Amino acid sequence: MSTRLPALGSLVVVAAVLSALPFTLSDYHVALAAQVGIFFVGVLGLNILTGYSGQISIGHGAFMAIGGYTTAIMSRDHHTNLVLTMVMAFAICFALGLILGLPALRLSGVYLALLTFALAVSVPQLPLQYSTFLGGSGGVQSSTTVSNVWLYAAAWTCSAILFALAWLVLRGRTGRALRAVRDSEIAATASGVSLPLYKTFAFGISAAYAGVAGSLFVLATNGFAQPTEFSVTLSLQLLIGAAVAGLGSLWGVLAGAAFVGLLPQVSTSVPVIGSAHGRDVVFGAMVVLVMLVLPGGFAGLFDRLRALGRA
Amino acid sequence: MASVESSPLNELRGRSGPLGAALDPVVLLLVAAAIALLVGCLRSAFFAQLTVEGLGLGAVYGGLALALVLVYRATHVINFAQGELAMATTYVAYQLMQWGFSYWEAFVATLAIAFVLGTVLQLAVIRPVQHRSVIAAVIVTVGLFILIDGVVNWIWGGNFKFMRSPFGTASFRVGGVTIQHLYVGMIGVVLACVVLVWALFRFTKLGLGMRAAALRPAAAAFVGVRVEWMLTLGWGLAAVLGAVAGLMAEPSQLFLTPTLMQQILVYAFAAAVLGGLESPAGAVVGGLAIGVFLTLVVGYVSAIGAELQLPVAFAVLLAILLVKPSGLFGKREVKRV
Repeated sequence: MSTRLPALGSLVVVAAVLSALPFTLSDYHVALAAQVGIFFVGVLGLNILTGYSGQISIGHGAFMAIGGYTTAIMSRDHHTNLVLTMVMAFAICFALGLILGLPALRLSGVYLALLTFALAVSVPQLPLQYSTFLGGSGGVQSSTTVSNVWLYAAAWTCSAILFALAWLVLRGRTGRALRAVRDSEIAATASGVSLPLYKTFAFGISAAYAGVAGSLFVLATNGFAQPTEFSVTLSLQLLIGAAVAGLGSLWGVLAGAAFVGLLPQVSTSVPVIGSAHGRDVVFGAMVVLVMLVLPGGFAGLFDRLRALGRA
Repeated sequence: MASVESSPLNELRGRSGPLGAALDPVVLLLVAAAIALLVGCLRSAFFAQLTVEGLGLGAVYGGLALALVLVYRATHVINFAQGELAMATTYVAYQLMQWGFSYWEAFVATLAIAFVLGTVLQLAVIRPVQHRSVIAAVIVTVGLFILIDGVVNWIWGGNFKFMRSPFGTASFRVGGVTIQHLYVGMIGVVLACVVLVWALFRFTKLGLGMRAAALRPAAAAFVGVRVEWMLTLGWGLAAVLGAVAGLMAEPSQLFLTPTLMQQILVYAFAAAVLGGLESPAGAVVGGLAIGVFLTLVVGYVSAIGAELQLPVAFAVLLAILLVKPSGLFGKREVKRV
């Protein structure tokens, strides 16, 4: 995601490792790796919003919910091809993201955080009210389910495509404009950057990424879209992933996705608090710790390590 | 971004006499709303009942909103864990009652524990990040949100817990309107705590120091106020108010679960923003307004069931932020380039 071509070497290494993984891992671990891929997509999108345009969102779990329900409902009602439903999720969430981006234009910092938090809490309530179409608290079951390997392949293919898209979008004029908006809105306006255009665009694109992540997320839960799966915690995880990732590095986003995708799973096997409930303890404590110890997220850590290596 | 601080002279000019205050459009609006509610209550028993319930719930929202505002004023951090902290302290009260304390003994002990918890959290994790960036501080409180949630689930489990109700299930009738003791009690306890906090800020030297530390940290430090400690105390006080809100929210939800305060937090956000985010009085008024509004909407508009209460709160928050981001009592923030 850096503006220069990311070092080709690291890309090749990542791609090679990822394509070798399903042949060496057990089915359970493939599912875990797919989980990381899903969060990679979501964190990548949110990183465009928080990292590049400087806006904050605690509500991207809502877009994941919308994307996930899109997939489940299209599959339930029309037996649509799953890949097509992901494209649909991307489009719908892009449009909704643009719409949310409009009020977000006038807000910044804590106000935007408050509003998006309210969005994250509100959206899972909608299926409960409109239960005939959205399935109520029981959820929506899509007509097809997929294997873990299929899911793994889909998650990381989406990751690769969306990563390339982000790189294409952010390397030139748009990326420069977004960073200018982040650093000083007034200076950016004075230089001819259209704030409404770029800020809503950032919201739309990050929401679209979250939508695709949501589709994959539903497929990961046996094609079952349920309100409880999209609780506010999911939004918090995405934001944490983006913050932990730091800014503008492939490795950072990978580390952030692994952090939110794996840590809750891994910490269930920690002794004493290894119960399903105890994992939140470890996860929450790690989040606080990482923020205290690594101000620049993992990207900052990698930069520092690189600087150390050079010295 | 820095908010331009107005000179003391401007503040004096802004403070108009009682007549000026009465003509303030915001005050007029509130008086009109109060009169409309009163007329509605006199004409319909159902309306009156909803209004009382709304005021009771609104007092809880206002209490939590006040906690948020105290923290925000002092440290410019929105504490997303405020609701979870309140929920955790409610569990502490539950545990104390299991050990045989009476309700009000447990109540007082819980407030003391909440104070300690609030100050310790501020010292341990907030102080290092509070000057860094909005995002860093938000993430830390979000981490606390998950951590506290996890700890409560770990210790007490996610099952429903039943607490003794402090006010019983009795009710009394006023001119055809059935009013549960519960709602009157909620209003009474929360407002009493709010008045105590106000008195602390208004009449004690400690309160003066805390206000100074929040509004003019540098100047306060010059005259010998220990600013960092005042901010820590502020977090402790906010935790106490949150605990009061949690304890009063519990009986209205009938049982205790770890998700007790998650919806209430959203209502408290709406209340705090409606009040202006920096105004303690605004938070309480905003809480009461949001509580009454939501109860009436859910009660009267058949298309909006209880399930849509949260989305309605979201819409209200959105509307406030679009129409009047500075809220009813907030000052407009001016950016300096």
